[in-house]
Amino acid sequence: MIRKKKCIAMLLAGGQGSRLYALTNNIAKPAVSFGGKYRIIDFPLSNCVNSGIDTVGVLTQYQPLILNDYIGNGQPWDLDRTFGGVHILSPYQGKKSSDWYKGTANAIYQNMHFMQQFNPDYVLVLSGDHIYKMNYATMLNYHILNGADCTIAAIDVPLSEASRFGILNTNNDGSIYEFEEKPKKPKSTLASMGIYIFSAQKLFKYLEEDSQNPSSSNDFGKDVLPKMLNNGEKMMAYRFEGYWKDVGTIDSLYEANMDLLGDAPNFDVTDSSWKIQSRSPLAPPHYMGDNAKVVNSIIMSGCEIEGTVENSVLASSVIVKKGAVVKNSIIMSDVTIDEGAEIEYSIIDENTIVGKDVIIGEPKSSKKGIAVLSRNIQIEDGVKIAGGEMIDKNVTKEAE
Amino acid sequence: MRAVGIIFSNIHDNDVPELARTRTLGSIPFGGRYRLIDFPLSNMVNSGIDTVGIITKSNYQSLMDHVGSGKDWDLARKDGGLIFLPPFGDLGNDSLYTSRLEALKGVTNFIERADEEYVVLTDCDAVCRINYNDVIEKHIRSHADISVVYKSFIPNGQEMPTCTDLTLDEDGRIVKLNYKVKTTGAKMNVPLNVFVLKKSLLHNIVLDSISHNIHHFMSEVIGGNLKSLKIVGYEHTGFYAGITSLQAYFNSNMSILKSENRNELFGDRNVFTKIRDSAPTKYGNSAIIKNSMIADGCEIEGEVENSIIFRNVKVARGAVVKNSIVMQGTVIGERSLLNCIIADKKVVIRDKKILSGSENHPFYIGKGIMI
Repeated sequence: MIRKKKCIAMLLAGGQGSRLYALTNNIAKPAVSFGGKYRIIDFPLSNCVNSGIDTVGVLTQYQPLILNDYIGNGQPWDLDRTFGGVHILSPYQGKKSSDWYKGTANAIYQNMHFMQQFNPDYVLVLSGDHIYKMNYATMLNYHILNGADCTIAAIDVPLSEASRFGILNTNNDGSIYEFEEKPKKPKSTLASMGIYIFSAQKLFKYLEEDSQNPSSSNDFGKDVLPKMLNNGEKMMAYRFEGYWKDVGTIDSLYEANMDLLGDAPNFDVTDSSWKIQSRSPLAPPHYMGDNAKVVNSIIMSGCEIEGTVENSVLASSVIVKKGAVVKNSIIMSDVTIDEGAEIEYSIIDENTIVGKDVIIGEPKSSKKGIAVLSRNIQIEDGVKIAGGEMIDKNVTKEAE
Repeated sequence: MRAVGIIFSNIHDNDVPELARTRTLGSIPFGGRYRLIDFPLSNMVNSGIDTVGIITKSNYQSLMDHVGSGKDWDLARKDGGLIFLPPFGDLGNDSLYTSRLEALKGVTNFIERADEEYVVLTDCDAVCRINYNDVIEKHIRSHADISVVYKSFIPNGQEMPTCTDLTLDEDGRIVKLNYKVKTTGAKMNVPLNVFVLKKSLLHNIVLDSISHNIHHFMSEVIGGNLKSLKIVGYEHTGFYAGITSLQAYFNSNMSILKSENRNELFGDRNVFTKIRDSAPTKYGNSAIIKNSMIADGCEIEGEVENSIIFRNVKVARGAVVKNSIVMQGTVIGERSLLNCIIADKKVVIRDKKILSGSENHPFYIGKGIMI
């Protein structure tokens, strides 16, 4: 008997995430922290596992060290399997050619052998920069029931935003008759979520053809999908309802984090029936001191809080010393905020040290935007950093 | 590595019968996310001991669930690693072992199979960080036959009505052992139930004791051989919390709210435990928190002060939790008031209930009880 998998997933995690600026200086976008405990890639990975998909190829290319290290053998997601499991797929050198991944389709094409060893009936293509909970099994059923060659997950977006997305124009039965990439005058508000299910043989055929075409940019959205549609393949839109956020920009990453807060949060990660798995830090429970004040915030293990934290998300082992105030901010793991420092409307990446009486960021109402501090830097005592600034190296009092 | 580890998970169950009713002493929750066995087990791993046997006797389901394959301690190994040693019933003798020595006799195979020269024996009743390497080092340097780790302090009579006191000469050799004497408020050298000795000596002691009907390791083997063997003390000078009674359990938990103790115990992030996936803890608009340790997965809307809160606990709006230990999955209803309470796992306190123990007598609420 040939061992096979019904459906495998290919996760495009190569994104440079250039719009996240200082946060992705030396890590891939899917490895960016989210919600105190998670990294963005936890969401598609957990969705796979919760949907019964146990074979995932993660395609990495840009700054893969932290991402590779984080995924490891896949054990935190229960993806350390003898047949299947999670595999990191980096570009490699072939006998005749060696290439970086050129486009999304090319990245998948270069890993044809990986896919074929599982002899799958279906291939799910995902991207590693969205925050959402989705049952891919339901989408797969929809694909099978409709006898589709390709199914694209789609979500209704406000008309005003529709021109930022790839828009799917569909017939009444959900079949797609037209793609519009970022249309100026959208005909519908059904946006592609960048989640595709292909019948495997069709995918292999089109990837092969696409690779032979020198004028192609080897991209799913621009080349492969339009080609399939032109050739009359059956393409369906699968409507998804629920929370979905592209966290490709500083603002959207910030908003998605804030969506976890409040009495009835827009996005709920505590749902035990759809657990979001992640590699958990080995830290003791967090400690709240005698002077701590915490309002409407998320706080991870290992933190030591002596100051004030309001409307913020704190990842593991953050230290907020006496008199320090953190408001409307996202603080990633192992950050130290010294006495008297004030942080407002900011994102501070891992391991950064904020000195005494430092002032970072300005209220949202100032319209200056979110202040961003990258990882592993030091801000000297008394420094002031204005709203909207992007800091990626040490700041001393003189340099200021 | 030169030593193999043996951890006794059940030995002091009777010291805290409330908490050990449904579990071993080793699997009693501690410090918000740990179980008592995490401390000796992490000490083993941090000392480079990678073959560890866990001796169990009864109620060890929760322990097996916690420790699993040993993966989270990096002890799931091809060679050595973590080995569970449940009681081994002799043919024709179906009673369980009743002493440390009998238990050791039941695991002679494990001890003999190991290549290591030394054995580190430890119980689960001491919350502390000890580098067993240093103990072995000193053991070898002082040409000792047996090393006994002890701590010099004034025992709290309430926590430990009796305790064993060692008298040492100036070379650190133990010259006198007073087994379970009344605590008087004077300084005592209290053994922490951690022993280092050569594997071959342990083997002989076990066989010898069985044939001479000797049952008690501390009072008879150690106490009875002070002249014939060189038995030395190794002083542990760092943080130590002994789980010798429910009161001691309560005080020990409270003691890690002090930052110096917490830093010593957890500062280097080297206490390993089973990794579970909980969402981060969420604080609501009305939360007030003071001097407390709070694990992941909690939802806190009420007030928490001087308390240890385990994973996935819910404290509803208007509820007040003071000086308490609240274990995993417990729910505290609106406007309820808790003071000096030890709430075991999955307790439900409904709205507007007022419960109070006292600092000298914490009130224990059993697993799953609804009030």
